[in-house]
Amino acid sequence: MSSLSVKIQDVFNEPGCGKNQGKSEKERKKGCTKQLQPGGAAGGCAFDGAKIALQPITDVAHLVHGPIACEGNSWDNRGSKSSGSNLWRTGFTTDINETDVVFGGEKRLFKSVKEIIEKYDPPAVFVYQTCVPAMIGDDIEAVCKAASKKFGKPVIPVNSPGFVGPKNLGNKLAGEAILDYVIGTEEPEYTTPYDINIIGEYNLSGELWQVKPLLDELGIRILCCISGDAKYHDVACSHRARAAMMVCSKSMINIARKMEERYGIPFFEGSFYGIGDTSDALREIARLLIERGAPPELMERTEALIAREEARAWAAIEPYKKRLTGKKVLLITGGVKSWSVVAALQESGMEVVGTSVKKSTKEDKERIKELMGEDAHMIEDMTPREMYKMLKEAKADIMLSGGRSQFVALKAKMPWLDINQERHHAYMGYVGMVELVKEIDKALFNPVWEQVRKRAPWEETTWEERADAALASEAAALAADPELAKAQRRAVRICKCKAVDRGTIEDAILAYGLDSVEAVTERTHAGSGCTGCTGTIAGILESIEDWRPAPSAEPAKRAA
Amino acid sequence: MAKVTHSQKSCTVNPLKMSQPIGSALAFMGLKNCMPLFHGSQGCTSFGLVLFVRHFKEAIPLQTTAMSEVATVLGGLENVEQAIVTIANRQKPAIIGISSTGVTETKGDDVDGYLKLIREKHPELDHIQLVYVSTPDFKDAFQDGWAKTVTRMVEQLVEPVSADTARNPVKVNLLPGAHVTPGDLDELRDLIEAFGLEPLILPDLSGSLDGHVPDDFTPTTIGGISLEEIAGMGLSRHTIAVGEQMRPAAEAMAKKAGIPYTLFDRLTGLEANDEFIALLAGLSGRPVPNKIKRQRSQLVDAMLDGHFHFGGKRIAIGAEPDLLWTLSGWFHEMGAEVAAAVTTTESPLLERIATDEVLLGDLEDLERRAAGCDLLVTHSHGRQAAERLAIPFYRIGIPMFDRLGAAHQTIVGYRGTRNLIFEIGNMFIASGHEPTPETWAHSEETGHVGEKALAAH
Repeated sequence: MSSLSVKIQDVFNEPGCGKNQGKSEKERKKGCTKQLQPGGAAGGCAFDGAKIALQPITDVAHLVHGPIACEGNSWDNRGSKSSGSNLWRTGFTTDINETDVVFGGEKRLFKSVKEIIEKYDPPAVFVYQTCVPAMIGDDIEAVCKAASKKFGKPVIPVNSPGFVGPKNLGNKLAGEAILDYVIGTEEPEYTTPYDINIIGEYNLSGELWQVKPLLDELGIRILCCISGDAKYHDVACSHRARAAMMVCSKSMINIARKMEERYGIPFFEGSFYGIGDTSDALREIARLLIERGAPPELMERTEALIAREEARAWAAIEPYKKRLTGKKVLLITGGVKSWSVVAALQESGMEVVGTSVKKSTKEDKERIKELMGEDAHMIEDMTPREMYKMLKEAKADIMLSGGRSQFVALKAKMPWLDINQERHHAYMGYVGMVELVKEIDKALFNPVWEQVRKRAPWEETTWEERADAALASEAAALAADPELAKAQRRAVRICKCKAVDRGTIEDAILAYGLDSVEAVTERTHAGSGCTGCTGTIAGILESIEDWRPAPSAEPAKRAA
Repeated sequence: MAKVTHSQKSCTVNPLKMSQPIGSALAFMGLKNCMPLFHGSQGCTSFGLVLFVRHFKEAIPLQTTAMSEVATVLGGLENVEQAIVTIANRQKPAIIGISSTGVTETKGDDVDGYLKLIREKHPELDHIQLVYVSTPDFKDAFQDGWAKTVTRMVEQLVEPVSADTARNPVKVNLLPGAHVTPGDLDELRDLIEAFGLEPLILPDLSGSLDGHVPDDFTPTTIGGISLEEIAGMGLSRHTIAVGEQMRPAAEAMAKKAGIPYTLFDRLTGLEANDEFIALLAGLSGRPVPNKIKRQRSQLVDAMLDGHFHFGGKRIAIGAEPDLLWTLSGWFHEMGAEVAAAVTTTESPLLERIATDEVLLGDLEDLERRAAGCDLLVTHSHGRQAAERLAIPFYRIGIPMFDRLGAAHQTIVGYRGTRNLIFEIGNMFIASGHEPTPETWAHSEETGHVGEKALAAH
């Protein structure tokens, strides 16, 4: 097996990943790279994920080995901020051409590293592998090794060609690269009992700096943030931290866990989004540091700071709370934000009417249920039309999401706020929370909504009215015709991976008297893919009384 | 006359160039009810998608065959098939535009062959047009991908017409290059319609990516030219192509339907537009409308007012060949000097540009050559360079992600040219330095007066 496939297996075996550990050995070998659906897939690739994860290391040169598409189409599109060097914003690529494809691109890569070192003299060069050079067999590990030796500088291979999997896998492969080649290779000038690492935080819009002053005040030193506003030397020394906080569990759990294993650095998962969560995170940092030998008085100082900052934040939110209480939010985002932001919004008096859980782990979903109640409206995956329907039916006042779905809201003339990585505002910590509330208030109460919703004087109906009428007539048709309603209910695709609709599942439950999700999976294969639909299947089982046909009508219908 | 040189560097720093497939996809976005599809791995699509969303600030239809490592090695027939079937079922487009990428070209996937097999296997998809263009990432650039795609559209979608067929006297084909914005297209349409002529624009981004609130959610492209309209383009009386890159497409149209064509290598500037308007007047047999005469007069006045600020200014431009040609020609006419010109791909126009050297290179090359210039002109990625050089920065081209209204930037026609004079002229005026008591002080080294003022400028 090539070293890359070994690496990928290793990532899939991650014991810190609950989802993986829940699978059988065989399933686990297959990894989390379920085959993406051609023609129905969206999102980035492994290379994208690797670059996102490491690019916030500010003083190194990030060199993309591949054709122009990989860097030329994508560079300079991230909002991480740097307190020092801006070299990370410079786009470096080998821009390989036809000749390289035929004869190999290793020479060009080596010369590129040389040029970069001569011109920019960075502390290190990170080399990203992409699909085309991987296919033609360019061995970037060998080139990096040779270049390191020749130029006396770390040249780090990041082996993550796009086609090995999705963005998330790329995040982890990037983590492996720095675990293998960077972390532990240098020593800090000095250490203190108050040194921590923050892992999986990218300093988007400078958010890290909303929290850093708090830590500074407590005397806690961020030895290294992986990778927001990090410098190469910080990452290389990060193995000397006393404790670590993992911010994004999905992207970098392997770093947190392996650093615990190799260097004995305990870690916890926390969030700086929301007032309560920020306080919890600070407490947890203090607790871990005290456990590792910091003086216990740290906790008292931490509590004092929390009390002061919370009071300050509440006071700042108070004037908005009056206006925002009762306003409804639809949240379309992924991963950790789906629960950390729910908490944040509730703190400002708003009601979250729905949240997406497309990228969330099982634990994330449990947290959402804790926060929003058992019947929380969780959205797995949506088309724009469904999203609009959701906005309408939930009677949401504002949608918070990433840039991709913004136009659903905007074209429906609904207030929208960007809370994904391309956003321009910082929302972390106590000040960030106040900022978020301020932004929501600005968006909601902008007089522009009244303006844009006005119809043109010559127009008889707006498209929204037509859409609403269509929705209403659809609903009326369903209400009038139980057979149609049933057909529609049964046609809903429950398991997208294995293409199983609800009708198949219902029939199987009735025919074989199934009573558990596992039994349904065994019979119908529904839920054997990404397992994202197991909750829905459980729901079908629980609601059997609602949809089980009346006994007498049953044979007739089957015949039909 | 310029010497065309190629960068000798191994490492491209701060790319100016973007890849062929996304140029191809953008062309497909100018068709009605179309779904562009990349045959490649997921990231190929994702990067293009994000780039266009940031530029146009619109939802962008773009799909992927989602090639995994294994599929790439084994060949992508199944993925192409599955993608087409999925798209046909979900989005129900009239046409799927397929562009290859570096990954599938390196493997050597025979997509034309695949499509034949898929056609045989899926007669239920007969009503959907499939247009395939080979666009490897490791060759050529954005505008090449666009040009190849439009040529392919003409070859495949226009119904052949014999040379002696009766033509529709008011129909005119318009083939715009990749550098022509939706705003430019609106302007050109207005001008053509002012003569009672009806333009058929291929591809027509003015209906699909011009930033409007549509009447419904459409998963495919909104607006654009329909397949029926394209099929009937062979009956038009004349073809107007904008940009040298469109020559093959115009020739393909001439070959297919015997339509004469006129190619305008640019439509920014007084003379270029005079020729354009004269052609329209000739085709229509109508006098030039008063509105257009007035616009011409306004442009002349703007040139008179503006030339003071442009004279002797040194300009650094980084753009694809057709846009570079358009801008450098116009700057030259206004009295400015193109001091640095960097482009992305080959074009017969390059050596005709009035500057010493045109370099096929990147923004690092442009930044080095732009030292001492008065204005940097390129897409939004130039902002870091302009900041370091401390010179004014005019954004043009794709991507323009840090300004509103990229789609509506209009530089064609008398009106567009006039606006360009005002916009850039005002930048020169704003960047003028206020004199201070030290401005004309003796320089310590040379003892000359005004050194500092020169240096500061």
